[in-house]
Amino acid sequence: MEKGVPVATRALTKRFAAGSNAVDGVDIASGDGEFLVLLGPSGSGKTTVLRMIAGLEEPTSGEILIGGKTVNDLSPRERGIAMVFQSYALYPHLSVYENIAFPLKAQGVAKAEHRGRVERAAATFGIGKLLARKPRELSGGERQRVALARALVREPRVFLFDEPLSNLDAKLRSSAREELQKFQKEIGTTAIYVTHDQVEAMALGDRIVIMDHGKVRQIGTPVEVYDDPADTFVATFLGSPPMNLLERGGTLFGFRPEHLRPADGAAPSTAARFDFHCELVEYLGSEQLAFGTLGGRWAGKEIVWRLPAYAAPPKSNATHALLVEERHLRYFDAATGRRTERRAL
Amino acid sequence: MSAARQRKWLGPAMVAPAVVYMAALVALPVLMALFYSVSDARVGSDEIHFAGLRNFSGALATPAFRTALRNSLLFTLVSQILVIAGATGLALALKDAFRGRGLIRLLILLPWVAPISLGAIGWKWLLDSLYSVVNWGLAYAHLVDPTNPPMWLGEPKLAMLSVVLVHTWRTLPFATVILLAGLTSIPRDIPEAAAVDGAGFWRTHFTITLPMIRPIVLVAFLFGVVFTFTDMTAVYILTRGGPADATQVLPSLAFFTGILGGDLSGGAAISLFLFPLLLVGAIVLLRIARRAEVT
Repeated sequence: MEKGVPVATRALTKRFAAGSNAVDGVDIASGDGEFLVLLGPSGSGKTTVLRMIAGLEEPTSGEILIGGKTVNDLSPRERGIAMVFQSYALYPHLSVYENIAFPLKAQGVAKAEHRGRVERAAATFGIGKLLARKPRELSGGERQRVALARALVREPRVFLFDEPLSNLDAKLRSSAREELQKFQKEIGTTAIYVTHDQVEAMALGDRIVIMDHGKVRQIGTPVEVYDDPADTFVATFLGSPPMNLLERGGTLFGFRPEHLRPADGAAPSTAARFDFHCELVEYLGSEQLAFGTLGGRWAGKEIVWRLPAYAAPPKSNATHALLVEERHLRYFDAATGRRTERRAL
Repeated sequence: MSAARQRKWLGPAMVAPAVVYMAALVALPVLMALFYSVSDARVGSDEIHFAGLRNFSGALATPAFRTALRNSLLFTLVSQILVIAGATGLALALKDAFRGRGLIRLLILLPWVAPISLGAIGWKWLLDSLYSVVNWGLAYAHLVDPTNPPMWLGEPKLAMLSVVLVHTWRTLPFATVILLAGLTSIPRDIPEAAAVDGAGFWRTHFTITLPMIRPIVLVAFLFGVVFTFTDMTAVYILTRGGPADATQVLPSLAFFTGILGGDLSGGAAISLFLFPLLLVGAIVLLRIARRAEVT
């Protein structure tokens, strides 16, 4: 297997009939063997980018490169990719074995090799005992594994994933996530993974590409996009609850709900101080969320304060003096929403 | 009337016209045919006696019946195999959107919605021995001898070919619509997954798409078979079963014997001859239709 082939797009654009650009000048470049996640709300164009890389959708303009070569004119089969669909797209009339063997047949792999390779792929995902079944006789988790085995069996140069976990229930999803990551690291094949679930993106991605309205808003490691959002969209899209944003004199500044803390004891003089009128506290088991409004300069502005579960719950209908340390403040241009340098408050 | 009473009678009242229609025009004639087929009923005679299975054995003994039986099987199977092959191709071609698809779909449906007698009479002229447009075209292309053109409806083999092709032309649209519905019910992901897996056009269609709509293809085929076995329109209008019974099929033979020939019991026996076979066909059809699920 050719390991770690990089994938890149240059000014990739897709316009569907009579509309604005679904994908608008997207430049992304994966590293060798990188797990790159495309994250965005629905309609952000992330799936369209993936489908163009797969060759299922033709770009209106721009270039797609796999392993450094332009593949715009190649059919999906010539691109050496494997794709896992959201619906899994298993062939319903074929057995699990035939499903997994299909890419081998289609690629003209010698028949003698089929059984060994199918069994190895099936074993990788622990579905060796299901080979004789039909897809309709499988659970959601098993179907997903068949789809993964079918993608793996032909040893593709690149894996493409289109929200492969979104049809699983919550419990299965986190274990599947873990397995997927382990598996990708093991075989070292470049993977491009589309999701609208930020937890999935943070957990899986070596880097995350955050998209909105067909444009890339930021590319970075999970730490970078969470800690240093490039604009207010990324700041409020990532994090649950999102970053608190306040305006002052043409500048926005923001801070994560977990960076608020009671203004007691010794605090640096540069910290931002707030009067927080607590209205409601949600106890969520591993944490508490306090919802309320600010007083003073930002009177009436709603913000969220995240506290650890073990902290004493803040009193509702009471005002608390809180602060955020300077190093946790992020600044944005009020007009463009883009990240700016620190300004004195 | 109270609401409850209204509800009680509304359903039966709405179904009644269909039930009356089926009973009067389908069930009653079938029962009468069953009755006539074991009698010696004739047009113009009010005496009726039980005749056992004599009408059936008598029919089997005549060469005309055996020819018609063979013709019926040939006519039905060949035309329906052509229909399924053609409809599959058409459905695949019309599945994806392209400019003018609506117009082409309409044109393809026309033979089905236009009155069959008009269409068949049109074909009769097209294939006429003297004024045949087909021959004129073929002669112009130097494919046939203009002084001795083929007699499309006058030579036994050509006449059979003609009625088969006209019937195929007529039943093709309906099968196309059924298959088109089957194809559109396949999720888009499936052929896309096949494309990514490396399958080309033919492999995708023969190993993925067509097997997935196989139950629907079977329904279309069996429907066509049952319909064709009991239909005589193309034969009646184009050749009247001729030349010399060369295109005679069981329904037309039953019509000529029972109605035009006045031998009611003989005609009934001929028309009922395939009833058991069609019944089995219809039962299989219904069972498949019930199980037909694409995903």
